[in-house]
Amino acid sequence: MPVESLFPRLEPLLPTVSKPIQYVGGELNSQVKDWDTCDVRWALMYPDAYEVGLPNQGVMILYEVLNEQPHTLAERTYAVWPDLAAKMRAHGIPQFTVDGHRPVRAFDVLGISFSTELGYTNMLEALDLAGIPLHARDRDESHPLVVAGGHAAFNPEPIADFLDAAVLGDGEQAVLEMTAVIRQAKADGATREQTLLRLAQAGGVYVPHFYDVDYLPDGRIARVAPNRPGVPFRVHKRTVMNLDEWPYPKQPLVPLAETVHERMSVEIFRGCTRGCRFCQAGMITRPVRERSITGIGEMVETGLKASGYEEVGLLSLSSADHSEIGAIAKGLADRYEGTQTSLSLPSTRVDAFNIDLAQELQRNGRRSGLTFAPEGGSERLRKVINKMVSKDDLVKTVTTAYGAGWRQVKLYFMVGLPTETDEDVLEIAAMAGDVIRAGRQVTGTRDVRCTVSIGGFVPKAHTPFQWAGQLDAETTDRRLKLLRDAINADRSTAKAIGYRYHDGKPGIIEGLLSRGDRRVGRVLERVWREGGRFDGWSEHFSYDRWASAAAGELAAYGLDLAWFTTRERQETEVLPWDHLDSGLDKQWLWSDWQDALAEQDLDDCRWIPCFDCGVCPEMGTEIQIGPTGRTLLPLAVVSRPVSA
Amino acid sequence: MARQPTGPPPPLAVQKLRLRYAKRGRLRFTSHRDIARAFERALRRARVPMAYSAGFSPHPKISWVGAAPTGVASEAEYVEISVVERVDLERLRRALDESLPAGIDIVEVVEAPAGTSLPERIEASRWGIRLPQVSLEVASPAVAAFLAADSVMVERLMKDGLRTLDARAPVMSMDASGDGGCATLCVVVRHVTPAVRPDDVLSGLRSVADLVPPVPPEATRYAQGPLTELGEVGDPLAPDRLAMTTAGVTHAVADLEQAAAGG
Repeated sequence: MPVESLFPRLEPLLPTVSKPIQYVGGELNSQVKDWDTCDVRWALMYPDAYEVGLPNQGVMILYEVLNEQPHTLAERTYAVWPDLAAKMRAHGIPQFTVDGHRPVRAFDVLGISFSTELGYTNMLEALDLAGIPLHARDRDESHPLVVAGGHAAFNPEPIADFLDAAVLGDGEQAVLEMTAVIRQAKADGATREQTLLRLAQAGGVYVPHFYDVDYLPDGRIARVAPNRPGVPFRVHKRTVMNLDEWPYPKQPLVPLAETVHERMSVEIFRGCTRGCRFCQAGMITRPVRERSITGIGEMVETGLKASGYEEVGLLSLSSADHSEIGAIAKGLADRYEGTQTSLSLPSTRVDAFNIDLAQELQRNGRRSGLTFAPEGGSERLRKVINKMVSKDDLVKTVTTAYGAGWRQVKLYFMVGLPTETDEDVLEIAAMAGDVIRAGRQVTGTRDVRCTVSIGGFVPKAHTPFQWAGQLDAETTDRRLKLLRDAINADRSTAKAIGYRYHDGKPGIIEGLLSRGDRRVGRVLERVWREGGRFDGWSEHFSYDRWASAAAGELAAYGLDLAWFTTRERQETEVLPWDHLDSGLDKQWLWSDWQDALAEQDLDDCRWIPCFDCGVCPEMGTEIQIGPTGRTLLPLAVVSRPVSA
Repeated sequence: MARQPTGPPPPLAVQKLRLRYAKRGRLRFTSHRDIARAFERALRRARVPMAYSAGFSPHPKISWVGAAPTGVASEAEYVEISVVERVDLERLRRALDESLPAGIDIVEVVEAPAGTSLPERIEASRWGIRLPQVSLEVASPAVAAFLAADSVMVERLMKDGLRTLDARAPVMSMDASGDGGCATLCVVVRHVTPAVRPDDVLSGLRSVADLVPPVPPEATRYAQGPLTELGEVGDPLAPDRLAMTTAGVTHAVADLEQAAAGG
C-alpha cells in the first residue's frame, strides 16, 4: 500500500490555526525513514498537546530506540487542538504523524504513552480522527494494534475496550521484543487475534479481551480470569536493568515550537524506594537503578552537543538521592564553567537538599527556582504518608536556601490525604509563616517569598493508599478556603506568601479514571462523544460533563461516581488491577496501609534490610546503586570552529 | 541594596555582525519567538563565541530587526549578534546555517562598522503575495481600486483587541502579474506603527473589491531596507559591504543558486 504524505493537504489549513509550527515536524534530531524498506512501523503518541508531549522522555526514548533498528520505523503524533481537528474533519484529513505526515491508520502499531489518565479522551479523539474504530472488537487486520504504556497503563481497565494491548513498566526492551513478534507474525500471515496471542504469550503484554471480568451482585469484582489457554493469570511489568546500557535519548529532539520544558533531560536513576505511600511512580518503578556518574557525564555531553540547550535537568523521582549526586553536580559545574550552561534538579527532597549542592547548581548560568515538597501539612500526616521530615528540619533547609541567595521558594503540599483533619491542613499556614520569618532573619531583608502550592490527593492503583476513600470535593474546597484564610490572617507574612491550588472537582474525575474498572469505559466514551477533550487543561475540562456522563452510564450497574472514588475498599475486595503485577505483594501493600493508619513510618530499603515489598524476588531484579568512586574529568579544550 | 552577581564581569564584545537570513517553506509557520529560540540553540551548537549580558540572567547579545509574521515566508530577515573573539565570516555563516533547521537559512554575514545602526536603515518592505486560484483578470481591477482609494480602513485582532488601521497609506506601490491560474502581487509597504502586513493588504482588497481568495494566499518578504527615491527597497547591508571592501575584509554570502534550491 503506498503511503503518501498528508502535508500538501494539511498545509493550506495551517495559516488559519493557532501555533501551526507544532504540526510541521522537522525537529532537530527527528527523522523520517523510508516507509517501504521497513516492515514494522510504530506511530508513537503522547495524548496531549505537542507543547506538553514533545519533551516527554518516554516517547523520545522509544522513538530513538526503535528508529535505530533496521527495517523498523517510528514516527510521532500528538493530540490536535480542536481548531485544527474541526478543519481536518471538514477536509477529510486523518490523524497524522508529525515526522512523515503519514496517516496513523497506516502503521502497524499505535503506541500511546499515558503519564496520566487525563489523556484518555484525547486517545478517543485521535482514534476517531485516524479512522480507527474506537472499540478493539471492531478492528480488523487493516488497523494498527492500539497499545498503551506509561504509568497509567498499570490500571488500563477504564480504557480496556479501546485497547488491543497494554505494556506495564519500562518500554525499551519491550518495544524491541514486540517488534520481533509482530515482524514474525506479519511474515507468517498471522491474523490480528493470533498476533495478539503471540504477544500475550511472549510475556509482559496484557491483552484485555483475553480476560473476562465477573462481578458480584453488589457491584464489586468477583474475579478476573483469562478466557483462553496459554494466557497468563497475571501479567508482569517490565524492568530494564543496567541503565548505563540504555543511554537514551542520545539525540534529544529539539523543537522549534515552544514547549513546557525548555531544557535537556538526563535520567540519573529510575525507581524510588523512599516509600511515600501516595506515590504511584515510586511504587511501580522499583527497584532503584542508578545511572553511573560517568554514564551521566557522557549523556550530558552528547546531548548538549546534539541539542544546543543551555539547561540540563537531572531527572529522577528524587534527584538528590543519587549516591553520587554531590560529585555529579560538582563535576558538571566544573566542566561547564563559563559556558552559560545551567543545571537543575527538578525533584528534590526537603531533607536531601544541602548547601553544597545548592551552590554547585547555581554556579553557571541562571539560577532556577527551588521547590520543596513536604506534601503533608503536619508531622503526624507526614508519618501517615511516610514522608518523614520534621517542621524544624524543613524550616532549617529552606532558610539555608534563602541564606545561599535564593529569594523565592515553592512549597508543595497535598490536601485530601487519608486521615487528614482541618488542623493538619492549617499547619501549612503556620509552616509558611515560620519559613518567611526565618528567611527574613537570615537574609536581613524582607525580600523573601514563598509560594504554597496545593495539589489534591488522588488514590492510585498499586499503592498502599489504593484502598483509601478519596476526600469529597466539597470538603477539599472547604479546607482549601480555611487554609487561604489562615495564610491571610497573619498580616506580617501574608504578602510574602503566594497561594496556588486547584479546586476539588477535577481530582474526583481523575480518581474515577485511576481506580476505575472496565465499566468506566462507557463514561469515558460518552464524555468524548459530548465533546470532552484535553481534560488536563482547565479551560477544556468540564466537571459537569463528566458527572452527568457518570450518572447516566453507571446507573445501569447500580453504581455512581462516589462508589469509585470516596468509597473505602476492604482487604478482601478484588481490585480491578489485581491481575496486573507491579511486583508489589498485595499483603505487603495492605500491611503498609495499616502502618499508615497507625502513623508508623518505614525507612528506605537502600539503607535498611529488605522489608519484603516483593518487587525484587518477583521480578528477578535488584537495587543498583553506587557509589562507583569514579569522577568526571574535565573535557579537552577544542578550538572554536568559527574563529578568525 | 540590590544584590550583585559575584564573579568577574563577562568578556567584552569585540565584533558585531549583521546577518541576513531567510525563512522558507514549512518553516514559514515559525513565530518570531520560535526563530529566536532556534537561533540561540544553533549559536551554541555552532560554538559561536557569543557575548553575554551581565547580571543574574546573562543573555546572549542578539538584536532582532523586525520579523516576518507567523505563516509568512521571507528572503530578507535581519539580526545582529556580538562576539567576544573575532570570527571568520564565511565559517560562521556556514556553521550557523548547518546548525539551523533547513528552511531557516543564513544568506549573508557582514561586519557592522562601529557607530552604525541597522534599524535606522530599515524603512520599507517589498512583499510578494501569491494568490492561487485567483486569475490576473480578477486581481488587476482589485489592485486598481485599492490604489485609487485615499484610505482603506481594515480591522485586525491584536493583543489589546480589535484595532482599525489604514492599509492604504503606507503602500508605496502595488502591481499584479501572473496568469489565469494564479496572480501574484508585488507590494512595497513603508514600515509604520502599527505595521501594515500582507494580511492587512489582503483585508483591504476584500473591503474595496470583494477579493476573497478561495485558498490561503502565500506571502513572502523579498526585501526590506531603505526606501530609494524611485520608491524601491534598497539593500540595508550595502554600506557595511562597502566599508568592508575598503578595509579589505571578505564578507560571506551564500551561493545564491544553492539558496534558491533551499526554497
